[in-house]
Amino acid sequence: MRKIIVFCLLLFLLATACKGRPKAVMTPLPGNGAEPPEYGDALVEGTIGEPSNLIPMLAGDAASHSVSGMIYNGLVKYDTDLSVIGDLAESWDISPDGLVIVFHLRKGVKWADGVEFTSDDVMFGFKTIIDEKTPTAYKEDFLQVKKAEAPDKYTFKVTYGKPFAPALTSWGSLVVLPKHLLEGKDITKSDMVRNPVGLGPYKLSRWTPGQELILDSYADYFEGRPYIDKYVYRVIPDSATMFLELQAGGIDMMGLTPVQYTKQTENEFYRTNFRKFRYPVFSYTHMAFNLKHPLFRDKRIRQAIAYAIDKSELVDVVLYGLGSPATGPYVPNTWPYNPDVKKYGYDLEKAKQLLKEAGWSDSDGDGILDKDGLPFTFTILTNMGNNLRKNTATIIQWRLAKIGIRVEIKALEWSTFVNEFIDKRRFEAVIIGWSIGLDPDQYDIWHSSKTKEKEFNFIGYNNPEVDALLEQGRRTFDLEKRKKAYFRIQEILADELPYIFLYVPDATPIVHARFRGIKPAPIGISYNQPKWYVPKRLQRHGMEQ
Amino acid sequence: MLKYLLKRLFQMVPTLIGITLISFFIIHLAPGKPTDVLADFNPKITPEARERLEKYYGLDKPVIVQYGMWLRRIVKLDFGESFSSDRRPVMQKLWDRKQPLIDRRLFITFMLNVLSMVIILLISIPIGITSATHRNSLYDRITTTTVFIGFAMPSFWFALLLMMLFGIHLGWLPISGLKSMNYAVLSPAGQVWDRVSHLILPVFIASFGGLAGDSRYMRSSMLEVIRQDYITVARAKGLTEKVVIYRHALRNALLPLITLVGLSIPGLIGGSVIMESVFGIPGMGQLLFMSVMTRDYPMIMCVLTIGAVLTLVGNLLADLGYMLADPRIRNQ
Repeated sequence: MRKIIVFCLLLFLLATACKGRPKAVMTPLPGNGAEPPEYGDALVEGTIGEPSNLIPMLAGDAASHSVSGMIYNGLVKYDTDLSVIGDLAESWDISPDGLVIVFHLRKGVKWADGVEFTSDDVMFGFKTIIDEKTPTAYKEDFLQVKKAEAPDKYTFKVTYGKPFAPALTSWGSLVVLPKHLLEGKDITKSDMVRNPVGLGPYKLSRWTPGQELILDSYADYFEGRPYIDKYVYRVIPDSATMFLELQAGGIDMMGLTPVQYTKQTENEFYRTNFRKFRYPVFSYTHMAFNLKHPLFRDKRIRQAIAYAIDKSELVDVVLYGLGSPATGPYVPNTWPYNPDVKKYGYDLEKAKQLLKEAGWSDSDGDGILDKDGLPFTFTILTNMGNNLRKNTATIIQWRLAKIGIRVEIKALEWSTFVNEFIDKRRFEAVIIGWSIGLDPDQYDIWHSSKTKEKEFNFIGYNNPEVDALLEQGRRTFDLEKRKKAYFRIQEILADELPYIFLYVPDATPIVHARFRGIKPAPIGISYNQPKWYVPKRLQRHGMEQ
Repeated sequence: MLKYLLKRLFQMVPTLIGITLISFFIIHLAPGKPTDVLADFNPKITPEARERLEKYYGLDKPVIVQYGMWLRRIVKLDFGESFSSDRRPVMQKLWDRKQPLIDRRLFITFMLNVLSMVIILLISIPIGITSATHRNSLYDRITTTTVFIGFAMPSFWFALLLMMLFGIHLGWLPISGLKSMNYAVLSPAGQVWDRVSHLILPVFIASFGGLAGDSRYMRSSMLEVIRQDYITVARAKGLTEKVVIYRHALRNALLPLITLVGLSIPGLIGGSVIMESVFGIPGMGQLLFMSVMTRDYPMIMCVLTIGAVLTLVGNLLADLGYMLADPRIRNQ
């Protein structure tokens, strides 16, 4: 009997699983978004990882930064088109030689405990981040500062030894800390790690470890009280469980996987109850060649390989179409991105011809190219556990076989991959990704001085013109001059192909449809979160607690 | 008896040191360091900055020295501070005195495991007995198949199916977590139900998978016993079948199960890792998983040591229980 019951249960499960029309949440949500903003309601976001530390300069994980970003603001921030605009600094002046930046701070901004925010807080944050004893990964930009001064309550002045363009944006949220609460204390042991006092749109109200963080809106926020009263992060370590919670109404917002985006949310229920968004992530996946390896010294070989790879195929198959082909180390539609570089469409004939010019031909008829009796084979390394990269490698392997190149694929555990192969330069080609900072400075990746062990020009790229342009780009604040330098760098990279830039993946968040005021931009959707709202009639979470 | 107990407790010390030594070396053998999370492939990290971080965590010393330092602290019951960026004492992460008892990680895991162990025993013992007495009947075959389905089914997958059924389609039970968003405004009875309803699915899944082992052990040990001469004697005396089975046979058949329960503790801790991740339950298993991912050595060592102590104590209790239950062993 029991067996039959279990069997029926399973059948029922399978049957219902396919239909998928839940009754837990059904709020018909008409409305064109023209309703006026109103206060109230709560937004529940699902998060896989739990934050560990809410002092931004001490935190290394994405979850911590995403929560502390709601609690703290910086002196400057990025506008939707990636240009720099003021945040806690109303304006700033840069001296003509580019060595001195003077920030003019906003007046009357208050920390959540009522104390006024002044230049002393910035000075304190700066001293803390450059302190030997502070374990932070973000020190380097600040070590370039020669002198920092706070001449009065609302002015903060920094002097650099050399002009340093990324400097401006480094004065984001990392260094604004409440001096009156932290002075004289060991910051790593401070109460602020788990009980922060900030000045951003939200303040932490309760943190139940392993379960949830509840943030309340800060009524005196200097840009105006956020419309949504509560922002809740629910920790759900499993993404399948999180997706079920989304369907059941337990959470309002999460990042979808490609399958969830393209298949599981493509039905009536999700179309009426949720809105999906899509924008490029600030990262790109690429195949990097070891330029010291005899096989890849010749530019024509690298170009031939580029012609043999179909990037749009990679995007379609590996990312389910949720991404775009990459042509250089910047994200499309941002100001440093140069759309007019040399592109390598899928063209087998050109690839074969280039290889022939370089002296490779199939002289023994075994289907593999050879030169001086040596066959053309190499190994692509990538890290284990990243299926996107492994699938990419597999497709490239199959494509290159068509022009007579035999490719082996090896996936290695991350630390082994980095310590034993990348750092020791024991590789022929690797498939990995870089996340791109919002500032276009990529000195560490391309400059010929950065090729030592543990440094990031691990392919041994060396081009004096690029070196000079990188130097030029980071030593001026003039956007047009920087743009020119980075455009030229992209042209050179596209021609020399030290990397084959493969694709830029998309972020794919989903948000419940009752939230209005969301304006997608190249930097995502959450930049204007304090301006999101829910019309009164659709508010779900009322007077709780 | 007391002497035996002391001797056993004394023997536990070198075993425990051995376990921690091996664990310590194995987790340090695994490639990667706690600083990798911050430092690997981050262009803003210079080699000097990396060294500073490693020194800060004491990772620049040889492993054996690090173990010595760890051991010296442990003697004072100080498990050190977590390497994750909150730098909290690891014991506080497991047993946070500021939280109510039912929200402390160690307690949550302990409670889930005790609950499912009790349920497993309550169900598998009767199943074992009855399927032994009705050997090869239809009932025996059905129960056997059922418990093996539970054993063979991947628990994370079955959990997702049940979440879809009870959480979404029927809407009877919550999907994940320990309590609802509106917990604070519920009536006291509502709060109790809220807590209980969150536990139903995880405890059911954990128990369903564990039925097979105990019930099969019970069944075979019962079969063994009812073949013995004294059972034939009992039957010959004219006792009812009920008395024969439940008074004479059961007591003897239960003995092997005592050892089995004592040995099942490491498995339960391992199972908690999966269950707690799938159901989003903030227990010790979930913390262990996250610590392993970030190579948070002090945290991993703390959980492993607690696990080792629990296992050793479980074994000791099982042996003691065996002695209490079996006069033959007691008198040796």
